[in-house]
Amino acid sequence: MADVTLTVDGKKLTVPAGTLLIEACKSTGIEIPSFCYYPGLSLQGACRMCLVEVEKMPKLQTACTTPVAEGMVVTTESDKIKQARKAMLELVLANHPLDCPVCDAGGECELQDMTFKYGAAESKFMDLKNHRDEQQWSPVVYFDRPRCILCYRCIRVCGEGMDVWALGIQNRNVGSVIAPNKEDHLECEECGMCIDICPVGALTSGAYRYKTRPWEMKHVGTVCTHCGDGCKTTLGVRRADTGMEIVRGDNRDKSGINGDFLCIKGRYAFDFANSSDRIQQPLIKHEGKFVAATWEQALDRIASKFKQVLASDGPTAVGVIGSNRTSNEENYLLQKFARLVLGTNNIDHHRTADFPAFASALAGNANATASMRDVFDAPAILLIGNNPTDQHPLLAWQIRTNVRLHRAKLYVVNSYPIKLRRQAAAFAQIASGSEGSVAQFLGGNDAAGDAAVTPQFSREALSQLRDELKNEKDLVVIFGSELRGNDVTALVNFGLAQGAKFICLGDYANSRGAADMGLYPDMLPGYAPVASATSFHEDWVDEIPKSPGLDLLQMVDAAKEGKLKALYVVGSNPIARYNVDPFALSKAFVVVQDMFLTETASIADVVLPIANAYEKGGTFTNTCGDVQMLKKAGEFAGVRNDFECIVRIADRMGYDVHKLVPFGGGGTRADMGQSRGAQSGEADRHAVWLAEHNLEPKMSPYDPTAMLDEIQRLVPGYDISRLGLLSGHDEHTQLVQITGATGSGHPELVLPSNDTLFTSGTLGRYSPTLNSVMERYSTTAAQVAGD
Amino acid sequence: MKFSDQLEQRFATMVTHYPTKRSVLVPMLLYIQDELGAVTDEAIHEIAQRTELTDLEVRNVISYYSMLRTRPVGKYNLQVCTNVSCLLRGADDIFEHCKKKLGIGNKESTPDGLFHLEEVECIGACSWAPALMMNYEFHENLTPAKIDELIDGLKKKEEQ
Amino acid sequence: MAYLVSHPDEVKVVSKRFGMGATHLDRYLELDGYKAVQKAISMGADAIINEVKTSNLRGRGGAGFPTGLKWSFVPKQSAKPKYVLCNGDESEPGTCKDRLIFEHDPHAVIEGVMIAALAVGAKSGYIYLRGEYRYLLEIMEKAVADAYARGFIGKNIFGSGVDLDIFTHSGAGAYEVGEESALMESLEGKRGIPRIRPPFPAVVGLWGGPTVINNAETLASVPHIILGGGEWFANLGTPRNGGTRLFCMSGELERPGVYELPMGYNLKKMIYDVSGGMTKGKNLKGVVPGGSSVQILTPDEIDVAMDFDSMMKAGSMLGSGGVIVLDDQMCIVRFALRVTKFYQHESCGWCIPCREGTDWMKKTLTRFHAGGGVAKDIDNLKYLAENMLGRTFCPLGDAAAMPVISYIQKFRKEFEDHLDGKPCPYEKAAEAALVS
Ligand SMILES: Cc1cc2nc3c(=O)[nH]c(=O)nc-3n(C[C@H](O)[C@H](O)[C@H](O)COP(=O)(O)O)c2cc1C
Ligand code: SF4
Ligand code: SF4
Ligand code: SF4
Ligand code: SF4
Ligand code: FES
Ligand code: FES
Repeated sequence: MADVTLTVDGKKLTVPAGTLLIEACKSTGIEIPSFCYYPGLSLQGACRMCLVEVEKMPKLQTACTTPVAEGMVVTTESDKIKQARKAMLELVLANHPLDCPVCDAGGECELQDMTFKYGAAESKFMDLKNHRDEQQWSPVVYFDRPRCILCYRCIRVCGEGMDVWALGIQNRNVGSVIAPNKEDHLECEECGMCIDICPVGALTSGAYRYKTRPWEMKHVGTVCTHCGDGCKTTLGVRRADTGMEIVRGDNRDKSGINGDFLCIKGRYAFDFANSSDRIQQPLIKHEGKFVAATWEQALDRIASKFKQVLASDGPTAVGVIGSNRTSNEENYLLQKFARLVLGTNNIDHHRTADFPAFASALAGNANATASMRDVFDAPAILLIGNNPTDQHPLLAWQIRTNVRLHRAKLYVVNSYPIKLRRQAAAFAQIASGSEGSVAQFLGGNDAAGDAAVTPQFSREALSQLRDELKNEKDLVVIFGSELRGNDVTALVNFGLAQGAKFICLGDYANSRGAADMGLYPDMLPGYAPVASATSFHEDWVDEIPKSPGLDLLQMVDAAKEGKLKALYVVGSNPIARYNVDPFALSKAFVVVQDMFLTETASIADVVLPIANAYEKGGTFTNTCGDVQMLKKAGEFAGVRNDFECIVRIADRMGYDVHKLVPFGGGGTRADMGQSRGAQSGEADRHAVWLAEHNLEPKMSPYDPTAMLDEIQRLVPGYDISRLGLLSGHDEHTQLVQITGATGSGHPELVLPSNDTLFTSGTLGRYSPTLNSVMERYSTTAAQVAGD
Repeated sequence: MKFSDQLEQRFATMVTHYPTKRSVLVPMLLYIQDELGAVTDEAIHEIAQRTELTDLEVRNVISYYSMLRTRPVGKYNLQVCTNVSCLLRGADDIFEHCKKKLGIGNKESTPDGLFHLEEVECIGACSWAPALMMNYEFHENLTPAKIDELIDGLKKKEEQ
Repeated sequence: MAYLVSHPDEVKVVSKRFGMGATHLDRYLELDGYKAVQKAISMGADAIINEVKTSNLRGRGGAGFPTGLKWSFVPKQSAKPKYVLCNGDESEPGTCKDRLIFEHDPHAVIEGVMIAALAVGAKSGYIYLRGEYRYLLEIMEKAVADAYARGFIGKNIFGSGVDLDIFTHSGAGAYEVGEESALMESLEGKRGIPRIRPPFPAVVGLWGGPTVINNAETLASVPHIILGGGEWFANLGTPRNGGTRLFCMSGELERPGVYELPMGYNLKKMIYDVSGGMTKGKNLKGVVPGGSSVQILTPDEIDVAMDFDSMMKAGSMLGSGGVIVLDDQMCIVRFALRVTKFYQHESCGWCIPCREGTDWMKKTLTRFHAGGGVAKDIDNLKYLAENMLGRTFCPLGDAAAMPVISYIQKFRKEFEDHLDGKPCPYEKAAEAALVS
């Protein structure tokens, strides 16, 4: 759009035509006070705080609704304006309870700040204020009517933003009141967006109410540990008996890929971390019962047992199951541990998407994956399969917001009428389970299209869809785990031909990281087949076993048959997730690292109490391939992180941990600069890389950033900006394989989590918030059914 | 839920008058109320479905308009204007008289469910003040005697 | 229903057919009905607008905006359908004139809507009546049905090739819905919250299409202008204030009622001649000349011409045509309280200054009138009103603030008389207290 030049407080500025005055002012550093204006939401003009003088206009004008005009002359500070703002505050405060000392928003309240700034503290008002008792609307949402200043932000974010429309406004005049959709309570997505956006303490969360004062907390920005979308979240922590307790989750810092967004899990389901069910001491099974042990005892027991099995039955008798929720560093370390220390390729994890097929389909094409940010402004999006509203709440938000603000064209192909069809320009409800066929059809296999046809969705419609898609420039193609193997290849080929970018949807916080880091029996990090020559072979000191190992189900079978004698499970609950008969593992020596006595931990021989992702550093890769830093927020007495446990087990087994973690500044072979890896005598590649990247060698074997150094150096696509990561930015990786391998991803092993908005695998079961919400909704559902 | 034939007919015609379904909402709610005595929960749900709105949104609208209610009131709704033109001509006395006569206060119904009394804003009878509206029927140039006549007449009618 | 009055000074244009049975279509036709619209068809859009411009017709809804000019803002070309919306929400206290038009001359409103539609190229017109006017809705519905039955509206009206539909629509109790943008919201089935302007309705109105919104009296004047000519109409009034106007005389007058008088008629004469003066035993205390929203005039300020410009000069406004006459037995604080209570009740609640300001003023005045006032209340009230003025989202806030400022300015002494626990000097019985 053309530019417009105007004058604000004597300063000339040029902004695009159509810019709102309030934004134009902001761009030159002039902050106009506002309550009802919220970028990205519809305009209201309701609070009248943003009044400014515009030359030739007799009345003060609202900067939030006035678009700039050529030659406009604006004054934002004058006695008249000051008086108007002051009076507006006096008016809001007339019916405001002024119970700041007990208000949750106290200290973070826009009304408090504004009153302080414009000095309306002395009240002219001497009559009784209108009162109404606080109400609980849901396990998550509380409403205190008298504090509400009717800025309508909550209504808009719930309706326009979330597409839930659970909040309304009722009555009129001073009796106007925000109302929940079920008269006295809410039935909604419980995302807490309304609470977060409320400028005052009118909407508060059940999770945080009256717990603490904002200034008593320390705020740590980290990454949500639930779904695969990777929202940045700010955790408020404070001292507690158990260490540092997390008391609040929000996204104060709107710099994350999620902008304003967090779903219920990111915002409230941090509470599993404070669960009283957490294990606080290592446990060793003794005559069928767990007995508390010291760390030394537990680690010794594990190490000696592993050594014993290796000695008696060889490396094929041990297996490792990794996690979708541990960090990249831990995953990388774990597979390195399996391959080098245990000498086995028997390593797998709970797969929720066919990332290997995706990687091989991309066939080395750079810039072919879309980041979560791309979804926000792509001009066109194709979504095949999945139900992002439930399973990828942030992705759904990005899509909705893009459609709403940038009019992106959304195509939805699904066998269910998923909610995002409401934003879709074209919605194809295809025959049940035919997502793969549609992918084949798009990829040029015309015959495959037949399977997708229904009485409501014709062959012609399908062809038309393909034609339309072919005309979309800068298309982002997003697909769910319905697509695997060849279907992924077909779809990717279709899209690559027109320069599309892709997102493959996996379910947990670090599913993509687990895949990228090589938690596969047949693939090393970067989806490199174990046998093919890779830099890992060149780099790692010890030999990598050449033949593929057992996958997760094969390991279970082997254990059942008594062939697999030891199983090391890190942050995973295969017994529950894969519905494994617990007796299948009864013959094997099972070690579990977990926070809770899950189904799998209960049958273990040794359980190590573990820190979760909110209690440690490291990185996560979201389902799009965006890498972000974890920062330690919480602290829980008695637990250690997986990284440390793996290193210490290796150490106890007598393995030289320098070969596992590239740490140390001297005294190691590696750092002598000549004897690293198989090619001893060459320069120390790691040291060279560090120097090239202006990084220091890490001093501790327990420092995950040492592992990150190696990941960045060796895993293709991960050579991203460290500076960016450290500053809290999300860095998009490239999905490029080391060698053009087959991507034998065993599509049949993909098992989507099928999480809803209110579940989060095993972890979710330990969240009181999620439980209370689930309980509420199951009882309301029962009531409805009973009607 | 099915409305009376007459109302169904009205709805069917009205939806053809506007480019959006919800445009029928305000008058429809009033017609529904005329028939049911109030816009009941059931009716809210029904009209929400028909206009493709949430129940919440229908409630938002209902609560805005002062003539709409979700609970029924007495059969004869006496709405006495006390706004300025009527005030100048003794509306307060008229209102007081109604209260005494019916033995109820503002926004109350008689126990037999026959009468409801309400103080309302200007009803557009200012030049014929003081005035009241009884179920859409204007009564103007009121005096206490006229009120008695009106109320007694209604009572008598009910007794028959 | 409401009885009709008359006075020799009246110039009957809009009220010409009152009491003549014009609700019956045949009778209406006998009284020149539907001639104007046929003439308008032959004139064409530009000529209609020019004629209306010449007539100096200004909006009778309150703001007095020149009607012809308003119509000329509607874009000729529009991707979205255009609409005409007749504002029959008549709810301004003191105003009861549109009611008579709907009751006595419904087809004139229809004709007015049709001519406006022809002028701007609209294909549909809506006539919105306040919910309380049920009997008028029935009259209007019948008139519309009759006109359809004769083919006056519908397809190819009067062989012009133009299709034109007209619908009636009922409100459900809300003063604010009379404000033009809130009116559109209400018609669209929403809460009556005004819209952000610009864009103005003439450009983006009903369902996003360009929309002309006019008061019922404004539209009912149009057929007469078309038939009698703009110049004739203009000459009935004063410069820039064409035609006649229905004035609703209320208060303690000998002959209250709705009189049609030329624009610029003298206010004092309106009270003392036309309306027969004050009721015996009562004296004039003040006049609110344009509905409750406007500033009060004291007895020595009423020797003025009743047109938009003169009233502005006199420090008040012509407003809606509701002339409310206060007698000396009315306490100004009591009056202020009742006015404020109205605006407090009718505030849509959208914006802070009006929502909170009206409530605050009402609370203060309630206490004040009951004898609990303190001296600084008077200044606080004025401060409040002054800080609402010009800062609200729609003019209702101004309408609530302006009168109160004027009461305090002009009757400060009476406010002060309520101080120090003194009971209202005007209240006959203290227990005839407030009903709230
Ligand atoms: C609070 C408020 C209430 C109004 N009520 C009415 C009304 O009841 N009838 C009316 O014709 N205009 C009313 N108006 C004026 C309308 O907004 C609008 O100006 C008018 O309908 C335009 O028609 P006109 O130009 O023919 O006067 C009101 C304005 C405001 C601010
Ligand atoms: S919690 Fe989320 S879904 Fe529920 S009302 Fe608030 S914004 Fe809407
Ligand atoms: S509850 Fe909060 S966000 Fe919602 S309108 Fe009130 S103040 Fe604004
Ligand atoms: S969308 Fe996913 S990453 Fe974001 S808060 Fe929810 S669960 Fe966490
Ligand atoms: S001034 Fe504000 S609160 Fe009052 S009616 Fe207008 S928009 Fe509503
Ligand atoms: S910020 Fe502009 S009116 Fe609220
Ligand atoms: S003031 Fe009572 S009818 Fe107008």
